[in-house]
Amino acid sequence: MTMNDDDIILRMKGLRIEGRSEEKWHEIVHGVDLTLRRGEVLGLIGESGAGKSTIGLAAMGYARDGCRISGGEIWFDRVDLAKASTAEKRRLRGSRIAYVAQSAAAAFNPAHRLIDQYCEAPVLHGVLNRREAETAAKDLYGRLHLPDPETIGFRYPHQVSGGQLQRMMTAMAMSCRPDLIIFDEPTTALDVTTQIEVMAAIKDIVEQFNTAAIYVTHDLAVVAQMADRIMVMRYGNLVEEGETRSMIESPKQEYTSRLLSVRELSKAEAKRPEGETPILSVKRVDAAYGKAQVLYDVSFDVPKKRTVAVVGESGSGKSTTARVITGLLPPLSGHVEYNGEPLPADFKSRPKDHLRRMQMIYQMPDTALNPKHKIRDVIGRPLSFYLGLQGRKKEERIRELLSLIELEPDDYIDRMATELSGGQKQRICIARALAAEPEVILCDEVTSALDQLVGEGILKLLIKLQDELDLSYMFITHDLATVKAIADEVVVMQKGRVVEAGPKTEMFTPPHHSYTDLLLSSVPEMDPDWLDRLLAERGEQLRDRGI
Amino acid sequence: MSKATQNTWKLLRTAPPTAWFGLIMVSIYIVVALLAPIFAPYGETEVVDVAGLSIGDNPSFLLGTDHIGRDVLSRIIYGARNTVGLAFITTVLTFAIGAVMGLLAAVLGGWFDQILSRIVDVLMSIPPLIFALLILTIIGTSVINMILVIAILDSTRVFRLARAVGMNIVVMDYVEVARLRGEGLWWIIRHEVLPNISAPLAAEFGLRFCFVFLFVASLSFLGLGLQPPTADWGSMVREMATLITFGLPTPLFPAAAVALLTVSVNFVVDWFLHKTSGLKS
Repeated sequence: MTMNDDDIILRMKGLRIEGRSEEKWHEIVHGVDLTLRRGEVLGLIGESGAGKSTIGLAAMGYARDGCRISGGEIWFDRVDLAKASTAEKRRLRGSRIAYVAQSAAAAFNPAHRLIDQYCEAPVLHGVLNRREAETAAKDLYGRLHLPDPETIGFRYPHQVSGGQLQRMMTAMAMSCRPDLIIFDEPTTALDVTTQIEVMAAIKDIVEQFNTAAIYVTHDLAVVAQMADRIMVMRYGNLVEEGETRSMIESPKQEYTSRLLSVRELSKAEAKRPEGETPILSVKRVDAAYGKAQVLYDVSFDVPKKRTVAVVGESGSGKSTTARVITGLLPPLSGHVEYNGEPLPADFKSRPKDHLRRMQMIYQMPDTALNPKHKIRDVIGRPLSFYLGLQGRKKEERIRELLSLIELEPDDYIDRMATELSGGQKQRICIARALAAEPEVILCDEVTSALDQLVGEGILKLLIKLQDELDLSYMFITHDLATVKAIADEVVVMQKGRVVEAGPKTEMFTPPHHSYTDLLLSSVPEMDPDWLDRLLAERGEQLRDRGI
Repeated sequence: MSKATQNTWKLLRTAPPTAWFGLIMVSIYIVVALLAPIFAPYGETEVVDVAGLSIGDNPSFLLGTDHIGRDVLSRIIYGARNTVGLAFITTVLTFAIGAVMGLLAAVLGGWFDQILSRIVDVLMSIPPLIFALLILTIIGTSVINMILVIAILDSTRVFRLARAVGMNIVVMDYVEVARLRGEGLWWIIRHEVLPNISAPLAAEFGLRFCFVFLFVASLSFLGLGLQPPTADWGSMVREMATLITFGLPTPLFPAAAVALLTVSVNFVVDWFLHKTSGLKS
C-alpha cells in the first residue's frame, strides 16, 4: 500500500510519544502503527495510562502539555502531522479533523451561547458564513435528536443537561463535515440512561456523513457498539487489534479476555436473617440542602453482615442518603436507627464509639487521603484515636491491616499517599476504615473512579473482608454490574425517592418497576448488536404508546 | 535527620542561580546583622568625622560619613540588625495572627467567618500607611507599638490568603473523614489543613517580610518608626536625603541595602513558589 491510497484517511507509523516528569522525558507510547479508512470507526481501548487518549490527540498532531511527539509519522491526507507547521495543523484542525472531549461541561465556554460556539469553526475556516452556519447547526441539532433544534442553540452551556451538551459537542465537531473525528471518552461521565442517547446519536451521525472516527474509551462494552475495529492498548503498546465482532467472540490475548470478563463477577445472594434487628435502618427520611428538598420519605434497612446496594442516576439522592446516615446532613424529618436505637441527627452529638462503628469509603481516593500524610499516619490515627494503640502495638496493627488489604507492609508503610496508584489509594482508604473496627461501612461509588480491572480487585477485597470480619455494607453505585458483583439486597432511588427495594435476585428478574427496567436495560452488553436491538425495541415501545 | 539534610542538599543543588544568589545574600545579611559589632569599624552612633564629609577618598570611611559625621558603613551594618530584626519579628507576629484567624474562619465557617471577614474588609479599606500613622500618633511611637500596629494591619492580607487556600482544603474528603472520626478543631487545622497550605503560606512569608521591612523603612522615613539616633535604613535615607543635592551618593547606600535585600528575598521566594506550585518551566 502506498501513501496515496485514497481510501486511507489516517496512517500512523511507529508513533512514539514522550512525557516529561521529574525533569526527564519518558516514553509513554512505544511505536504504534495505526491505519484508518474513510468512514471507519476505530475503537481505542485500555486502562488509564495505556496511552489511548495520547494517541487520539496525536491523530491531530497534538501533544498535551508536558508531552511531545518524539518519533514516527502521522499521515493525514498527504500531510505528516508529526512534522507539519503549526499553521498547517491549524488549517486542518476543526475543519478536517475534529475533537470531542470527555467532559463537555468543561470544554464549552460558559460565557457564550452554544450556537455561537458552533459557528466559530466553520466561519473561521471560511466554510460557511454566519447565517449558513446557524441553519446548518439547527439541522444537525435535529439529526442528533436534541429537543427544540430551532432554539436550543441559543441557550448557554449551563442551561442544557450533560447528555445534551455532549451531543452539542458532537454537533460542533461535525460543523465543518470533517473527515475524522476523535471521540475521547465521550460518555464516561454520563449516567447509563443518558449514555445510550449520546451513543445512539454519535453512531447515527457518523454513519450519515460517512465520517471516520477514533473512539477512545476504557469500556469494552461501549466500544463494541460503536467501532468497526478495535485496538487494545496497554502501557503504550498495542496488545491486540481486530474486527470488533471477532475480537469480542474470540479474543486472542489473555489481557483482552480479562477486559471482556470484567463485568461477570457475581456474588451469591445471602438471605436476610429472619427476625433480626437490622444494623442500620433509615426511617422515613426527608432531607434538604437549604430550601431545595432532595430526599422524600426514604426508608430502607441494612441487615447485619449483608450488603445493600443503593442504585440510581446522579441526582437521585444516593449520596445525600449517606450524608444523612453519617450525620453530616441532619434530616428535616425522619431518623436513622442503629441496631434498633435512634441515632442523634448530627454527628457532633454522637458518641465517639458510635462514630467508630460506622466508617465511610469515598469515590475519589485522591481527595480522601491527605497528600501530606504517610500511610503509617493515615492508618495509625484511627488506631490511636479510637483504640488508644501506641508504639509497638500500633505498628503491628498497621502492618496487619496492610496485609489484610493485600499490600506488602514493608513497601508501603512509609510511603506518602501521593506515591500510590488509584487502586492502592482506595485500598488504603479501606484499611483506614477497618482500623476503626467498624460494624458498618458506607461505600460511596468506591470503584467508579478506578479502572475496571482495578475496581474488580477492590470489589473482591470487600467481599473477602465481609466474610472475614462480618461487616455490613451500604454500597452506593450507579453501575449495575457492581450491584451484581457485591449486593445481597438492592434499593433503587430516583429523584430522591425509593422506587423499588428487595433482594438482588428479585430485582434482576422481571417484572420491574419501569425505572428499574430502564436502568437495567441501559447497561451496555458485550454484544456488538446490543445497542441497535435496544433502540429498535424502545422505538417499538414508543410507537406502541403513541398509537 | 541525615535524610533530611540529604534532601535539602538535593533541593539546593537543583536551585537556579538567582535562588543561589538570593540565598547567599540573605545569609550574608543575617550574619552581618547578628555579628554587627564585629563587622562595624565604628560605633553605631559614634561621631567620627568632625571635620567634614568623606566620600571614598578617605580609606578609613569606606562609604563616607553622614551629615553629622557618623560612619555610614557602620550605621548600615547596625541598621541591618534593627531593620531586619524588627521586620522579622513583625512578620512572624503577622503570620501568627493572620494564619490562625484565617484557618479558623475557613474551618468553622458560618457567622465566625462572616464577622472576621467583615472586620478584615474594614481594616483593608483604609490605606495602611495612613492608618498606621494615625494610630501611632494616637498611641505614641514606640518600637512595641509599631510592631503591633504593622502586624495587625498586615495580618489582614495573611488572613485572606490563609482563609482562601484553607477553604479549598476544608472541602476535601479527608477533612470530612477527620470530622466524622470525631477529631477536634485544632487537630483538623494542624494535621489536615496546615500541612497542605504551608507552601503558599511560606511563599507569602517571604513577600510579606519585604513589605513589612519597607513599611518600617517608610514609617522611619516619616519619623514615626525607629527614633534617632538608632540606625535603621529608612531613617538613614531620610536624614541624609539633602546630601544628594550636593551630588553625594551617601543616601543611596542604605537605600541600596533595602533594595538588595528585597530583591534577594524575592529571588528565594520565587524559586520556592515555583517548586511548590509544580509549575513546569
